[in-house]
Amino acid sequence: MTRLLDITDLHIALPADSQRPYAVQKMELHLEANEILCVVGESGSGKSLTALAVMGLLPKPHVHIAKGSVLFQGEDLTKVSDDRLRQIRGSEISMIFQEPMTALNPVMTIGTQIDEVFRFHDKMPGKERRRRALELLRDVQLPDPEQAIKAYPHELSGGQRQRAMIAMALALDPKILIADEPTTALDVTTQAQVLRLIKEMQAAHGTGVLFITHDFGVVADIADRVAVMQNGLVVETGTTDQVLRTPQHPYTQALIAAVPELTPRPSRARSPEIVMRVNKLEKTYRSGGGLFGGKGRIVHAANDVTFDLARGETLGIVGESGSGKSTVARCIVRLNDAEAGEILLGDTDLRPLGRAAMRPHRSKIQMVFQDPFASLNPRTRIGKIIAQGPIMYGASPEDAKKRTLDLLDIVGLDPRSYDRFPHEFSGGQRQRIGIARALALEPDILVADEPVSALDVSIQAQILNLLDEIRDRMNLSMIFITHDLRVAAQVCDRIAVMQRGEMIEIGPTSTLFASPKETYTRELLAAVPGKDWFLKGSSAQAPAT
Amino acid sequence: MSHFARRIRYVVKRLLQAIPIVLAIVILNFLLLQLAEGDAVDVLAGEAGSATPEYMAELRAKFGLDQPLPVQLAVYLKNVMFFDLGYSFRHEMPVSELILDRMMPTLLLMVATITLAVGFGIFLGLVAAMGLNTWRDTAISIFALITYATPLFWVGLMMIVVFSLNLRWFPTSGMENFAMFYEGWDRVWDIAHHLVLPTITLSLFYLALYTRLMRASMLEQAGQDYVTTARAKGVTENRIMFVHVLRNALLPVVTMAGVQVGALIGGSVIVESVFAWPGLGMLAFEALFSRDLNLLLGIFLLSALLVVAVNLVVDIIYSTLDPRIEVS
Repeated sequence: MTRLLDITDLHIALPADSQRPYAVQKMELHLEANEILCVVGESGSGKSLTALAVMGLLPKPHVHIAKGSVLFQGEDLTKVSDDRLRQIRGSEISMIFQEPMTALNPVMTIGTQIDEVFRFHDKMPGKERRRRALELLRDVQLPDPEQAIKAYPHELSGGQRQRAMIAMALALDPKILIADEPTTALDVTTQAQVLRLIKEMQAAHGTGVLFITHDFGVVADIADRVAVMQNGLVVETGTTDQVLRTPQHPYTQALIAAVPELTPRPSRARSPEIVMRVNKLEKTYRSGGGLFGGKGRIVHAANDVTFDLARGETLGIVGESGSGKSTVARCIVRLNDAEAGEILLGDTDLRPLGRAAMRPHRSKIQMVFQDPFASLNPRTRIGKIIAQGPIMYGASPEDAKKRTLDLLDIVGLDPRSYDRFPHEFSGGQRQRIGIARALALEPDILVADEPVSALDVSIQAQILNLLDEIRDRMNLSMIFITHDLRVAAQVCDRIAVMQRGEMIEIGPTSTLFASPKETYTRELLAAVPGKDWFLKGSSAQAPAT
Repeated sequence: MSHFARRIRYVVKRLLQAIPIVLAIVILNFLLLQLAEGDAVDVLAGEAGSATPEYMAELRAKFGLDQPLPVQLAVYLKNVMFFDLGYSFRHEMPVSELILDRMMPTLLLMVATITLAVGFGIFLGLVAAMGLNTWRDTAISIFALITYATPLFWVGLMMIVVFSLNLRWFPTSGMENFAMFYEGWDRVWDIAHHLVLPTITLSLFYLALYTRLMRASMLEQAGQDYVTTARAKGVTENRIMFVHVLRNALLPVVTMAGVQVGALIGGSVIVESVFAWPGLGMLAFEALFSRDLNLLLGIFLLSALLVVAVNLVVDIIYSTLDPRIEVS
């Protein structure tokens, strides 16, 4: 084995007014040729800055390497000249990023962007460069390389963009590929394909891959070795087997324990009381067209969607981006207007109701939003955010305040939060505030749209537990929208799978997992990262925690 | 080729869409001007010192001003359809001739101004952004702030005082030196010579605007993810700045410039008065005070057409710069 990268005693300093002096401290890490090393950690652990430090791309001078060395085949990257570093980047060490839409220049074709890698490292005639670019695009399995080379990033899908990124990174057959959460922004089936592609390319070229992720499922699927980071420190390293089976450090153990397992929750008796019935819901979006009646595109975001919801149950709606799962949620809460169908809450059809007629029913259905950072007004105090609803529905300010304090207690926040502003809270805490806000109106139905997808895995588990607890305590019904089958397995009694606006399969969680009827459901289940590791029942592989 | 065909179709579609817009503007202009007190006859009578009511009625009948409003509007619309903009009683010339005569100087001033403002604005913004927080950045920012805050007419007057009267580098006013009867290139040179001061005066304000916009836009784009990607590819800093960042940073500037070309037609009145530039702004100003409604309507119509045309051009430039904007 050849050692490609040797990081010793690396310290990355943060600006003076940060929470901690070093983003990364005393880091010892090495990477061999032909291996995939996963660096795992939660947000703020310093894993991404490590990658940028290796590339010499730290946002200097605010963030800089204070101490230590990064040896690339014996050459210290912290000491070499900028020119030499530029030479190494793209040809010997290259990198792919999390969000392929923003990581590609929107006004440049894929072809030009790949071509740049050749142009700035090698002398090659234009024809040769084009031939190699086409070959690369074929290697990363883009369907139509001739078309893709002329395409702009927005003309490709998310998965195709990430493939193009990979093609660009592998253009000059680099020795090291650094991948910073390359599949986090992708749908689960696409994620599985891209992971497979990275693994294939790595094996074919003998590349050393430094793979940064927060997802132990992905680690289980792809890694040879694992390094776990917490608050800038590498707390544990070892082979994938060692770390996943017998984690030594308490933090690693906690992280692995928090990974939602792909095991359906034990089924509970379904209440005979149906609180909501949705019948043949239709919603289409139009784009283009206009004054002169040009033909626009019509997208069926919800097509003939029918389901019902019993008291006290959690119904999961699962699907990939664009499947229409959020549209259904927003139509039920009446944030969007469906064109046809019925939304029966008790005996009232909510769909055709106007603003005024809807008002008395609004409080019955409340929503928890995905992004806890964007969904709370930054200029409003927490107490007001929560109390506003009840006051609008006629509660006296004293009662509303009392209720707010009760709710803060229920969601596990300090009563002193009442007078604080949203920015003083962490993501998980903000999501608790969002839940308290939704509960303030004493709803019968809680619609949660991806409530945990913006959160770290340990916090995710806490919020899921909280939602479960509240549902039982208040006898709520819940509609839980998610793209993550692992999360759905943990909280949902029944699951509905959506694809292209249609609800293709619906059933009790355990039945759906054990014997999925539709091909697409099977594909979704098969694509869950790390399912072999984290599927309970195959006890031989179960991680010891 | 299909891309080219798509673009042609887009232009044709936009031109068709412009017809109802222009029509609406014509009607609106006509009705708005009816709201103004007095008409050309009042002004003529006033200037003559005395006029009998009979004579005024006779004049009104002659100009068609005694007809009911809808009839006047219909007649006006019919005439506009045939490019007959009416007769200016004040200048005793057909309006279309008058306007065409004055359009060239205005266009000349407009194009020169916008080119100077956008061109230098982009350049200065770029220099400022690339030397962030250096003396260059500070100097450019101060320059932009001062020019932004200075009134146009004062700049114009000071230009005349300094460069025409004291230094005698440029002529004080007018568009050309008629007394010399220049021909060919001599005439072009003469007009260019006259053009310098008005153009600089008019463009300073916009120059400041574009400089600041370009600087902010460059800085914003330089922080984007694709810049990190380009660095990770080993692309040189120059290429990153001048190819990756620049093209993305231009988009807001082009949008802004497009919106302001329209304002420029109106905004040139002050500069045209200061430098006695024989443009549309001056003409509109005179027409307003002499209640020469026909002429005013003609100028409004032409301005509307210009704005519509400029918007189309800007949209085409924009769709070339940004492939995400679909031309279909």
